[in-house]
Amino acid sequence: MTPDDWTAIGLTARLAALTTVLLLLVGTPVAWWLARTRSPAKLLVASLVAMPIVLPPSVLGFYLLLLMGPQGPLGQLTTALGLGRLPFTFTGLVVASVLYSMPFVVQPLQQAFEAIPERALEAAATLRAGPWDRFVTVALPLARPGFLTASVVGFAHTVGEFGVVLMVGGNISGQTRVLSVSIYDHVEAGEFGAAHRLSLMMVLFSLVVLLGLQWAQRRKAVTPEAP
Amino acid sequence: MQPAHMAPRRIWLTALATVTSLAALPAHADEVLVAVAANFAAPLQKIAEGFAAATGHVIKPSAGATGKFYTQIVAGGAPFQVLIAADDETPKKLVAEGHAVAGSNFTYAIGQLVLWSATPDLVDEQGAVLAAAARFSKLAIANPRIAPYGVAGLEVVKARGHTEAITPKLVTAESISQAYQFAVTGNAELAFVALSQVQVPGKPATGSMWKVPQSLYGEIRQDAVLLKPGERSAGAKALLAYLKTAPAQAVIQAYGYRH
Repeated sequence: MTPDDWTAIGLTARLAALTTVLLLLVGTPVAWWLARTRSPAKLLVASLVAMPIVLPPSVLGFYLLLLMGPQGPLGQLTTALGLGRLPFTFTGLVVASVLYSMPFVVQPLQQAFEAIPERALEAAATLRAGPWDRFVTVALPLARPGFLTASVVGFAHTVGEFGVVLMVGGNISGQTRVLSVSIYDHVEAGEFGAAHRLSLMMVLFSLVVLLGLQWAQRRKAVTPEAP
Repeated sequence: MQPAHMAPRRIWLTALATVTSLAALPAHADEVLVAVAANFAAPLQKIAEGFAAATGHVIKPSAGATGKFYTQIVAGGAPFQVLIAADDETPKKLVAEGHAVAGSNFTYAIGQLVLWSATPDLVDEQGAVLAAAARFSKLAIANPRIAPYGVAGLEVVKARGHTEAITPKLVTAESISQAYQFAVTGNAELAFVALSQVQVPGKPATGSMWKVPQSLYGEIRQDAVLLKPGERSAGAKALLAYLKTAPAQAVIQAYGYRH
């Protein structure tokens, strides 16, 4: 493993962790709204959130590059705010990853919120718990398995990001060269040994993540429900 | 063994040596952001060592497809200071569109096309295998729409008069790296690739190849250019100058490019 590989691994871990935290903050209210609303806008919002599952990453990357570039509205906004431009920066990758991994965090949360029986919230309301109190003391603890799934899958999915990063990241060492791009680099350069080392790490990582998730879900299923 | 009380003095000496060696570097050692064609990433890494030793400047290379760099520079405002391209069209276009410094583009290497196979005796030194269509089912070629090596490959097939027999056997890869991957993995028996991919210094040559004579295809010129973000960087200018020096050219030739 070269120092560059280690840099890429550290960068990937930082990107995935930051993206997951941001997505939990942004995704929780979105998922709660989707789970509870009867608004006709629900279908549209749910579809927009799910779009990165269907869209090719190169499409997402291409439009983000245009949006965040010097001629793009987002690029002009960030420049006017004194933030500079986002493509080819770590911040740009975070923005792209949040969009890219959105469905993988919002959907498990939404399912967890939908699974909360209405009776539990009504019972809390009759005990004079306000909406915020009901959410924090009843909904959040009941949705804990959903948060676990959302965090793990959101993190893992961001680690595997490639097409979007390649487009808006520019493959710059220490700033935007994440693990998947390093592997691509090694393969392109014909360094198959180096590519194998990093790829096998990814294979093991994915396997451990998925085994861990299934184990956690089985444990949840076996534990008897509290009366 | 040194006695323990010597240690502090040695630390001071080391510190002093570090400071003096730092002072020996040029006053402003730049970090140069370089976008480099994937096929030239390995030679550039070698060249970077000599460049750092000679000038004190350090390069930060990003390898990729030249066409993708073009999009990133034009649409995304990429911060690259130097582009080391796989063709001569992209640098010219960037100059014409005001994204690169006029007059800074030049040819640093000329690509050498080879017909390569992972099978040791499939390709002979005259490329006769092209006429023996029964001996292979797939010939990998870089996408001629975007890759000069792909265009060159088609020209060779045409020059040899095998277009009709070979066209159904062509497999188009997105780049010469992918064409090479198709052949290394045996998914294609033959591939048109760059000599620089199969002749890597320090690695034994594998398979069999035919170095296609220059007369059968148009010259594959690879140009470098100074991009606008590098206009004020002494390091970026020094790198372009260094690519023309004898030590850099020696590396370029060792990797199978002509000049």
